[in-house]
Amino acid sequence: MRSELINPFLKATMSTFQTMVNTTPQPSAPYVKAEPSLSHDVSGIIGLSGGAKGAVIISFPTKTALSTVSSFIGLNVTQIDADVTDAVGELANIIAGAAKADLAGLNVTISLPSVVVGTNHKVTTPKDIPSIVIPFACTHGEFVVEVCIAVVEQK
Amino acid sequence: MKILLVDDSSTMRRIQKNTLGTLGFTDVDEAEDGQDAVSKVGKTTYDLVLMDWNMPNMTGIDALKAIRANPATAKVPVIMVTSESEKTRILEAIQAGATNYIVKPFTPDVLKEKLDALH
Repeated sequence: MRSELINPFLKATMSTFQTMVNTTPQPSAPYVKAEPSLSHDVSGIIGLSGGAKGAVIISFPTKTALSTVSSFIGLNVTQIDADVTDAVGELANIIAGAAKADLAGLNVTISLPSVVVGTNHKVTTPKDIPSIVIPFACTHGEFVVEVCIAVVEQK
Repeated sequence: MKILLVDDSSTMRRIQKNTLGTLGFTDVDEAEDGQDAVSKVGKTTYDLVLMDWNMPNMTGIDALKAIRANPATAKVPVIMVTSESEKTRILEAIQAGATNYIVKPFTPDVLKEKLDALH
């Protein structure tokens, strides 16, 4: 996968966390997701369509999700509830929207966010689209951003 | 100043409401989507609407167009607050009558700057 498709999401994740969560996440080397899928506790998912297809997924362990959302909304949350799922969806939305600006030439459209909650759940992405995982570590813990994206050939 | 916050995310409404509170703006109503916003703007006089773009039922840009198309509400200042950050989208919003534009993620200083620019 071309790095110019991944870097916007890495940059957007960092700027979103710096601005809205008051922490600077440190990325590790991205890698191609291998089967079986990664396991997580809370995932925010944004679908991509238009000039590119796929999805961007931000996934947290429960502890990281609670700490991140507490900082994001300015309120201490202690359990996964509607506030937390809404906040995780909004984080995914902001990251995808910010990345979209750097993919402007592709005319990408982003969906409304979906959020999946469940201990060790797996988010399966289409097999025909490569999926790159970017691990991050921040003061709230570790999380990953998964970018599953392919350019749609224009006819 | 009476302000209407429009966002389908309760998180973003909470964050913006808190930020507005710290800036001294406490007379704030909320709407969950464009339809709700158009309805509330038609019934109540607002000094400012802060409008998200991507929302279910009616998008923020469609709500903005509806507000501008109604002579009774056409002059209400509307600031788009959205993750839609491409120049073409910003231009589309300005052409539709947006008073100003804030791209998410944003700091409280950015919101203050845009509010100050209203005067």
